[in-house]
Amino acid sequence: MALAKRIIPCLDVDAGRVVKGVQFVDIRDAGDPVEIAKRYDEQGADELTFLDITATADNRDTMEDVVRAVASQVFIPLTVGGGIRSVADIRRMLNAGADKVGINSAAVTNPDFVREAAEKFGSQCIVVAIDAKRVSTEDEQPRWEIFTHGGRNATGIDAIEWAKKMVALGAGELLLTSMDRDGTRSGFDLELTRAVSDAVSVPVIASGGVGKLQDLIDGIKLGHADAVLAASIFHFGEHTIAEAKQQMAEQGIEVRL
Amino acid sequence: MHRVAVIDYGMGNLRSVSKALEAVTDNQSQILVTADAEKIRSADHIIFPGVGAIRDCMTELKRLGLDRVIGDVVKHKPFLGICLGMQSLLTRSQENGGSAGLDIIDGEVVYFDSAIQQHLKVPHMGWNEVEQRYPHPLWRNIPQNSRFYFVHSFYVKPGNDDSIAGHSHYPLPFAAALAKENVFAVQFHPEKSQHAGLQLLKNFINWDGQS
Repeated sequence: MALAKRIIPCLDVDAGRVVKGVQFVDIRDAGDPVEIAKRYDEQGADELTFLDITATADNRDTMEDVVRAVASQVFIPLTVGGGIRSVADIRRMLNAGADKVGINSAAVTNPDFVREAAEKFGSQCIVVAIDAKRVSTEDEQPRWEIFTHGGRNATGIDAIEWAKKMVALGAGELLLTSMDRDGTRSGFDLELTRAVSDAVSVPVIASGGVGKLQDLIDGIKLGHADAVLAASIFHFGEHTIAEAKQQMAEQGIEVRL
Repeated sequence: MHRVAVIDYGMGNLRSVSKALEAVTDNQSQILVTADAEKIRSADHIIFPGVGAIRDCMTELKRLGLDRVIGDVVKHKPFLGICLGMQSLLTRSQENGGSAGLDIIDGEVVYFDSAIQQHLKVPHMGWNEVEQRYPHPLWRNIPQNSRFYFVHSFYVKPGNDDSIAGHSHYPLPFAAALAKENVFAVQFHPEKSQHAGLQLLKNFINWDGQS
């Protein structure tokens, strides 16, 4: 009897469609968000995350419609991220049916926004998304810094310190993406995942780099992640979530089957 | 028409709860998300949800006069508390440096110190198994040890263990569900717990309040 480790498929949404890019370029169309959400729900996904990858004003309206449509048919937790910058943005997404919101760039611009959001809506619905990139050379102690705006802007902020600060301000969960691994299918940055997960008291979702099912297992066992997020290995039918869970269970990981 | 009132006191997103209710009632029931005392008093089934911190919750309940309304309807109508709605039913909470609850079920709400000591993450977030301690109409057609979705940092410790209808472990056993006469309360979120959660909501809607 124990808490299950979670598998969270991530749906990148642009103009109402699920897309998947490789290192933020080469966008491939993967389909209708409601259909995909229902399929993942049936396969046993523990939660779903939607990322508004363009985060323009027009797209935000579309995103709200997507969340509303999914929330009326799928009864597992839904997280929405991308372009969340104000209390009003959060309220809109929660009213549409989201259970949690992911805050990324806005936390860097104004860390106090995380505190304000957690006070207003509760820590349980505030996920701080951290995009980290290794900045140390091979013979140095590993060190990572955070990047914003989809990995385009460097901030010079240390990722571990930032993670602790976000938790202190009220983040209920961290979504940690390795910018070095995202889209490469070479596995999570396990050192990064473990360093962050061991440094904070809240759950950490590992993201960026999943290319095979063993990567999910390594993220939990070696990276100490509480949940693992992946997109492309599920979107294009290479693996189902049920297969992933079966393999996790075989290796002694507690999962919801 | 059969009516279900979902008590709306501004704590969290109640759309998930009403959507899940619509799904299990096939539009045969009227679902009212409301803070209106009369609508709550005249409903057939009452759901008391909520997320967030207990002090804000109690402040809002009192400001809206809902503490008295809940105190009345909880005496005889089928009543379901969810998450913070469950915690508010107890006598007191450790949260926010100590806060009084509605004192409908004797006991207190305490922090997950035991989990922290074992280096587990808090909030307790995700899918955990619930062990049903005895048969109850709300457990009908839900397999023993089904997983439900939890997200909370505090848990309830009732004064009388007999009121515990279901246990979970994190790492020690804690009360995941309470039952007392026409009141049922759950720490997890049935509206986010897929099949098992929807079944529990369906069972509640069909419950006459007798155990």
